Amino acid sequence: MQTSTQTTDHMMRNYIIGFGLALVLTAIAFALTATKALGLTSTLVTIAVLAIIQVVVHLRYFLHIDFKSSPRENILALAFTAVLIVIMAGGTLWIMFDLHYRMMN
Amino acid sequence: MSTQDAAGNPAMTIEEEVAEHSRDERVFGFWMYLMSDAIIFALLFATYAVMSGRNAGGPTGHDLFKLTRTLIETIFLLLSSTTFGFASVFLKQERLRPVLVWLVVTFLLGAGFVGMETSEFHGMVMKDAGPDHSGFLSAFFTLVGTHGLHVSMGLCWIAILSIQVLVRGLTPAVASRLYRLGLFWHFLDIVWIGIFSVVYLPGVL
Repeated sequence: MQTSTQTTDHMMRNYIIGFGLALVLTAIAFALTATKALGLTSTLVTIAVLAIIQVVVHLRYFLHIDFKSSPRENILALAFTAVLIVIMAGGTLWIMFDLHYRMMN
Repeated sequence: MSTQDAAGNPAMTIEEEVAEHSRDERVFGFWMYLMSDAIIFALLFATYAVMSGRNAGGPTGHDLFKLTRTLIETIFLLLSSTTFGFASVFLKQERLRPVLVWLVVTFLLGAGFVGMETSEFHGMVMKDAGPDHSGFLSAFFTLVGTHGLHVSMGLCWIAILSIQVLVRGLTPAVASRLYRLGLFWHFLDIVWIGIFSVVYLPGVL
């Protein structure tokens, strides 16, 4: 019983840590937008970086993805999805913004 | 948790082994669904990024988006992910009452999010900024609306599983469904990070 409550506390603490990290990352992104402390481009880049970090925090603390205990095929599926997203979403943006540039200049 | 059980307790009956194998297969199948859903959202994000400047002389994100409302929506979703996590913790301990309580809290937070988003959409349509107004707004309503629809489906799912927990108790089948619902719910939170980072914050800027 003692060990069971300890693991409960440990698991609860993990979710609370994840929530705290996500909240801090969100707060920074919103504060930068509200105060416009940086220039436009650097604010957008910072928001993108914060978003990527927060996705990793969510995968780690909420979805419990890690390279030790997660089944390998799940990690492979996640990696394959990331590749597909880079090709399809990145390719779309590349083609469309290139087209826009060529038509407007 | 099942892999730990398998490692710590090698003397499993054949029935237990079969049940665990089928549970892992279901989780993998659901994971594949989530990954395909992630690709759908990624393409909706790409569409939005292409269309975001095409406002056809109509309102822009700067006119329509409110930072505080988006922040409150974000906090609702973050809290609901955490409270669902608490439900999963008590699910592992097989304690029925706290599981049910945290599921209800998660439902209320999710409902708060959907309520705020619905009122936002309603306000926009009333201001003549509906999805038919410009390419920007079509892409906005498609992307954010698809996410909102997912959250609403998640709410129905939480409600159904809460009833199952109440009626059947924490049987292995119900526990396995709750586990997959957790994956779905946390996944939607990740999509929302993308939405506020790609749609709302750059829109306000």
